[in-house]
Amino acid sequence: MHELSIISSVVETVIESLAAYPGARVLEVRLRVGALASVVTESLEFCYGIASEGTPLEGSRLVVNVLPVVMHCETCRADVELEGVQSFRCPRCGEPCSEMKQGRELDIDSIEIEDEKETA
Amino acid sequence: MTTRIVELRRGILKKNDELAAGLRASYAEAGVLVLNLVSSPGTGKTAFLERTLRELRARGSRVAALVGDLETDNDARRLAASGAPVRQINTHGICHLDAEMIGKHIDGWEGVTLGGLDYLFIENVGNLVCPSSYDLGEKIRVALLSVTEGEDKPLKYPTLFNSADAAVITKMDIAEPCGFDRETALRNINEIRPGIRIFETSAKTGAGMEEWLAYLAEARG
Repeated sequence: MHELSIISSVVETVIESLAAYPGARVLEVRLRVGALASVVTESLEFCYGIASEGTPLEGSRLVVNVLPVVMHCETCRADVELEGVQSFRCPRCGEPCSEMKQGRELDIDSIEIEDEKETA
Repeated sequence: MTTRIVELRRGILKKNDELAAGLRASYAEAGVLVLNLVSSPGTGKTAFLERTLRELRARGSRVAALVGDLETDNDARRLAASGAPVRQINTHGICHLDAEMIGKHIDGWEGVTLGGLDYLFIENVGNLVCPSSYDLGEKIRVALLSVTEGEDKPLKYPTLFNSADAAVITKMDIAEPCGFDRETALRNINEIRPGIRIFETSAKTGAGMEEWLAYLAEARG
């Protein structure tokens, strides 16, 4: 439900970072989104089309990489990847885990841009 | 023409997170315990909070509440009946509270300073999805679930229950006629957030309130 405000913030941040690359055109924006970040990929993509309109991001691709939840298992003394988000038990030993290592990320990873400068 | 990859590695909600960190520091400095109450609409957050405010005031604690809704100040008026200072935040369509709204409503709150409070409660907009992404600088996030909502709610909305520090089951006085399966509800909450403190309460009868108030006092230290 709050995907539009999240995407608006993505567009704003990317535009700010473009100040260092005058005249550049954005080809792709890559996000890292944890499985527990409570955002829906399809909804992000839909909102991206609207929010990027009339900006240097218009027409670019949005790539959303969804990261699985990783918990630390005290019993196994290891970081373990969960298969879903319906149970926070270690998939190896079955013990409950409470320390999350990955799963709530909501980050802009990188952007791919095209500019007129020649590479050195 | 050259194409290149520019690494940004920035949190999308960085601005909110920074504001929340500032709020957290100001709460700690003022010595006020701040709680963020989150649930579906209709769980009974307001009734539960009203009883909590009344009971804390009766014990001599200094309490206040901020309450978020899309529109109306109905909840603020209900909560104000407890005698505690209450301020309504109308989000006008936004589905959650954010740190900026909290900061703005603490500033210029007539008659209320953080340093003059023992507890500040924030009643979030009724929504089990979006509020979980927005840190308000709170020390304790409380997820509430009523006996009328279905025991599988924690499984359906794992993000919220997993990010909570305490869980409150409300309306226990009508558990039986609702066919509430207590064991299943407790098990489901524990699957999503192993070891979380769970309070089984009724704002109407006062059941479970002693335990809840003892938890608050302990959390305040």
